[in-house]
Amino acid sequence: MHPAPSVIIFTTLSGLGFGLLVWLGIGFPTVTGWTAFAFFTIAYLLAVGGLLASTFHLGHPERAIKAFTQWRSSWLSREAWASVAALIVMGLYGAGLVFFGERWAVLGWIGAALSLLTVYSTSMIYAQMKTVPRWQTPLTPLLFLALAMAGGAILSGEVTAALVLLLLCAVVQILWWYRGDGALGQSGTNLATATGLGNPGQVRAFEPPHTGNNYLLKEFVHVVGRKHAMKLRLIALVLGYALPFAFLALPFNHIFALLAVLSHLAGIAASRWLFFAEAEHVVGLYYGKR
Amino acid sequence: MTTLPEKTDRKLGLVIDLDTCVGCHACVVSCKGWNTENYGAPLSDQDPYGADPTGTFLNRVHSYEVQPEEGTAQLVHFPKSCLHCEDAPCVTVCPTGASYKRTEDGIVLVNETDCIGCGLCAWACPYGAREMDVAEGVMKKCTLCVDRIYNENLPEVDREPACVRTCPAGARHFGDLGDPESEVSQLVAERGGMDLMPEQGTKPVNQYLPPRPKDTLDRKTAAPEGESDAPPPYLKPVADSPKGFLGWLDKTLEKL
Repeated sequence: MHPAPSVIIFTTLSGLGFGLLVWLGIGFPTVTGWTAFAFFTIAYLLAVGGLLASTFHLGHPERAIKAFTQWRSSWLSREAWASVAALIVMGLYGAGLVFFGERWAVLGWIGAALSLLTVYSTSMIYAQMKTVPRWQTPLTPLLFLALAMAGGAILSGEVTAALVLLLLCAVVQILWWYRGDGALGQSGTNLATATGLGNPGQVRAFEPPHTGNNYLLKEFVHVVGRKHAMKLRLIALVLGYALPFAFLALPFNHIFALLAVLSHLAGIAASRWLFFAEAEHVVGLYYGKR
Repeated sequence: MTTLPEKTDRKLGLVIDLDTCVGCHACVVSCKGWNTENYGAPLSDQDPYGADPTGTFLNRVHSYEVQPEEGTAQLVHFPKSCLHCEDAPCVTVCPTGASYKRTEDGIVLVNETDCIGCGLCAWACPYGAREMDVAEGVMKKCTLCVDRIYNENLPEVDREPACVRTCPAGARHFGDLGDPESEVSQLVAERGGMDLMPEQGTKPVNQYLPPRPKDTLDRKTAAPEGESDAPPPYLKPVADSPKGFLGWLDKTLEKL
């Protein structure tokens, strides 16, 4: 799949932002006044910034409001609802903390649940795709949720939770990669089932429909990014998980915390790049590619 | 509404005969010609006369080589467009309701004024039937020439999809695959029509007829007994290694 920068920025930043909102919603840390204002500003900048970035890849962003209509069947529509609901509820909850010094706990819990639901909906947009066997696994929502929680824990200064969650994320990430590498092969979809020509013999793509490139090849058969996949996986593991873990395990210091956040962000961006670049869409089979 | 209808009154679709298709791409051209100037946004091209031309097509013809265990390989031309699936995954993922499957005839369409161009439906389609038009920013797909098949301004003979009307080999057939008595259904039953990627669970309406097995000459019946006209056995090669200059070159290169 084509790793569109707008979608990588969106899933990385808003995952982190909604993760922070979850922690703030359940009262870790319980902050009020200006401190609360600072935490909520960071969370909203990340969450809303990510959502705005996601509109950049739309052909018609001015019609984005229509995406709220099909929540019955579409995960993208559900994501739109969940994100707006989470932002409104957490906005009210944050207003209580910032302006009235009051923690309306129930509101916080609802906001936290809606924030989790947003991240889950985002992950299900990918996990529902039968056409991309690497994505179609319960490990995908697990990875997205774990990453949001871990990133949120780092940002909210919940060091112990962050350490545990980072470990969990690293394990899920490695499992996700391991399963993903065999996913297309095990999906049962191949050139023989795609063409129905497997019965007489071995099928080989002889000639593509056009000599030039096309939308399908650009969008679904992204080969360039896969060249350095192993290196990028290592970078993602080190920057995303190992370094933040090390920074947080050291005695607490705001510089280290900042470095942990930045390193985590860069690592997750690398992991998200791979999430798209390595994903094989079955339509590639028709072109003898993957 | 992007939930799928429980059932459709008819299942209009195509039957594509892989045995007959000669790979001339006339259906590709007629499809582009009709659909670029009728229903919805035109099918744009980018850099059409330049070094790297691309464009939106609703129908593309692949070619595959099939190598049986024994005998020579076979070339199969393979036109591919929207299969108007019964369980169309492209429809249910659409967040705006722009994609829908019609209850009356099962045609899957895009309402372009509702399409936000998110591309998710193209992701969900295993067949590559949907292409985003770069110039318009909306999703394009085969409409089964919905603006021809019911069009009373056209002579009756033209009231079928442009690709079917134009196919010089008669490899494309159009009809109601929900009616077991229809000509297309009969054809599918007779020739063993098949679904593409059945394991994806999309239940495509369009059917593909597999190529017939290649003819083999039955020598025994071709000639009466005693006077066989079977070709003589292949001659034995007189030399398996080259001589002279080529032989020297071969040996020298071998040594390197």
